[in-house]
Amino acid sequence: MADTRTIEIEVLRYNPEKDTEPHFQTFKVPFTHDTSVLQGLQYIKDHLDGSLTFRWSCRMAICGSCGKMVNGRPELSCHTFLRDYYPGKVRIEPLNHFPIVRDLVIDQTDFFNNKLPSVKPYVVSKESKPLSAGTFLQTPKQFHSYYQYSQCINCLLCYAACPQYGLKPGFTGPAALALMHRYNADSRDRGWEERAEILNAEDGVWGCTLVGYCSEVCPKHVDPAHAINQNKVNSTMDYFGVRKLLMPKGGA
Amino acid sequence: MAKVKTYVRPMQGWWRRNPYFVRYMIREGSSVLLAIYSIILLVGLFRLTQGEAAWEAWRTALTSPISLLFHWLALLTVSYHAYTWWLVAPKTAPDLRIAGRPLPECAITAGGLLGTVGASVVIYVIVRWM
Repeated sequence: MADTRTIEIEVLRYNPEKDTEPHFQTFKVPFTHDTSVLQGLQYIKDHLDGSLTFRWSCRMAICGSCGKMVNGRPELSCHTFLRDYYPGKVRIEPLNHFPIVRDLVIDQTDFFNNKLPSVKPYVVSKESKPLSAGTFLQTPKQFHSYYQYSQCINCLLCYAACPQYGLKPGFTGPAALALMHRYNADSRDRGWEERAEILNAEDGVWGCTLVGYCSEVCPKHVDPAHAINQNKVNSTMDYFGVRKLLMPKGGA
Repeated sequence: MAKVKTYVRPMQGWWRRNPYFVRYMIREGSSVLLAIYSIILLVGLFRLTQGEAAWEAWRTALTSPISLLFHWLALLTVSYHAYTWWLVAPKTAPDLRIAGRPLPECAITAGGLLGTVGASVVIYVIVRWM
């Protein structure tokens, strides 16, 4: 095609069977106006080096699989375009702060097995009612109080943006704490007490020092920094025992 | 399942890798000068309790070149700290809504900055001329 140009892509490579530490490898990749960074990686895998390993799935910024560091910034690689980096180079690394399994693939176990389940990311109802009793109703106002936080796609860009998580891997972290707020803020939920131990902990909301970069890189505008820092107030009120007086229903 | 060998990248020098983190470190670091300034004020208060001579000695010490340099430096960094404080205020503020819509972040920041400038001018006028 007439508008095809060539860009240099530097990719961090790591083969656990051979390498003691990762190294960069450079590829020359042809691209057009609408070639995403992910498509650049797919070109490398299809035409230049089939051993390059990376995660991806939907190609439209909804599955949250293809997060990478692109020139040092956490991005969904399907949502980032090579044209915006040309004529410079593009440097692609696995998401920061996570152990590298191979090339651009990170070990997500800590989030999916530990952090996410710990916040009970589901509606904890006061009582279960039979299906015949119908659905739990919500006003638009009640819905909008948590809607933004329900948009999280678990892409982990916020963890890659959070130096606190890198320095203290025990920190519950932006996405999990934002999801905790999402359920605490839901009018149908009564799980505040059950989640309080995680929220109030040193590794809970207090592990956040408001760097704020998590909200900056979130592709779904969840704003985890706001979710966490609002809950420092809730945590303080809980500590002094006034939260129950102000919010007898157990809402956020 | 067999344990997979992984590579964990070092965090050393993390804050130098991104301008966003550099600004964060300056923001946090500027509070050190703020703390020193507060201690100097507290010392002044303590000297006031010791009588007029002690109070005047403290005031004279403030006019030394080192003290003046420090106070100009402190004013500069504290102004920057105040600016960044309002930049992050939308994250620490409660969920503010007007007619169901969230208050725009820039409104909170701009409101805070205007308030700070306004209060500073009022205090300066009171201290200087009243």
